[in-house]
Amino acid sequence: MESSVLFSIRLSLQVATVSTALIILTGIPVAYVLARRDFRGRELIDVLFTLPLVLPPTVIGYYLIVLFGRNGFLGRFLYDWTGWSVMFTWYAAVLASYVVALPLMIKTTRAAIESVDKNLINASYTLGHTEFKTAWKVILPLAKRGIIAGTVLSFARAMGEFGATLMLAGNLPGRTDTMPLAIYSLAGSGEWTRAHLMVVLMTLTSGGFLYIANRYAKRII
Amino acid sequence: MKKIGGLVLFMAVLCWIISSYAFAGSTKEITISAAISLKNAFEEIGKLYESRQGTTCVFNFGASGDLMKQIAGGAPVDVFASAAQKDMDEADKQGFIITATRTNFAANSVVLIVPSGAKTSLKNFEGLGAADIKKIALGNPKTVPAGRYAEEVFNFYQILSAIKDKFIFAENVRQVLDYVARGEVDAGVVYATDAASRSKEIEIIATAPEASHKPVVYPIAAVKGTKSEADARAFISLVLSHEGQKILQEHGFRSSK
Repeated sequence: MESSVLFSIRLSLQVATVSTALIILTGIPVAYVLARRDFRGRELIDVLFTLPLVLPPTVIGYYLIVLFGRNGFLGRFLYDWTGWSVMFTWYAAVLASYVVALPLMIKTTRAAIESVDKNLINASYTLGHTEFKTAWKVILPLAKRGIIAGTVLSFARAMGEFGATLMLAGNLPGRTDTMPLAIYSLAGSGEWTRAHLMVVLMTLTSGGFLYIANRYAKRII
Repeated sequence: MKKIGGLVLFMAVLCWIISSYAFAGSTKEITISAAISLKNAFEEIGKLYESRQGTTCVFNFGASGDLMKQIAGGAPVDVFASAAQKDMDEADKQGFIITATRTNFAANSVVLIVPSGAKTSLKNFEGLGAADIKKIALGNPKTVPAGRYAEEVFNFYQILSAIKDKFIFAENVRQVLDYVARGEVDAGVVYATDAASRSKEIEIIATAPEASHKPVVYPIAAVKGTKSEADARAFISLVLSHEGQKILQEHGFRSSK
């Protein structure tokens, strides 16, 4: 198989893996706070985290450029300070996938935590467990199904991310062209045979992943 | 314990992935943002450039409007090649390009296409009024330059109002091409270069005369803040050179002069 095709597959898996890892690390705490704490502006924060799900990815990409570009609100400081900009690097693809897929994790995990039996949580507290221990030993294990579903959905969404990635990471062959971007390039330049090959490979890779994830999830639930 | 072991293994893999990237890319290179329709031709020119200049060409292909937004956001781009004057005008107006380096490097033609093997009486643009032509695909004139050119051609032949009800608007030229190639419409209007990319599935009926629409010319310029203006200028010179122009012509573009 051609090295450019292999590169795109590897990059897609890599971007989806890294962004899903970041989503697990940050999404679960956010979902936990949203589910278990009652504070002013809670629903506002929920809306903010859900927005990437409703906005067109190109618009998200545009927001990300405005924030993280070399002339962007945050990117400017980063560039002045380090001389490095995230745009047109594979980290930008991770950032785009992260932002777009995060709501799927937060939404499913929040719902799962909220549906955990309150009596069990209260029992844990009554028996003298701290909040952290209660979360770790009682709440999160009982919310496992939701967390696993959120992880699978986030990974799948990250694999297919196109619009925001195209804007922030650019479409640099051999650098940032994940599978969806490579398909766009091939179709755009009329290389239909290779585009079709890529579409089949993308379908097989993503479908294969979802199948394995479902099998694994069944085993640990 | 098992869980922690898994986490440690995962972190190790993560570090390995990230470290393999941290030390890459110290060679000299220039980044060229180009309209996606230029992909094949520019990749060839890029190879030529690399062999001459010893500088690596990194391409970024996309829609001209998106490329312009990336440059505005501070993307590290050295050369910008657009498919429309509008985006280059905007980049110029906002001071993102080195105006002195701006030049037109290629031209395209507007053609009328039908699905290959279609049994149609269509011989030219005027024939679009015939009863057996029921659907005509073209880019949405509000957003797609090719759609605006198509309307200008229809106006030139004074058939616009007669065929308006047959229009199927697409959001880009490739979509028009796809509708025609799949036989979803009876005819479509695209650029000659697009038609060349799927010559087996479509047939060119007519090429619009140059007088019938504004010229379709592609501008190129060096981006302000480029790491190496000399390299950027060298790339533009190569595109304009005899060899560069020959490659563009092999991909269906015309000379802009």
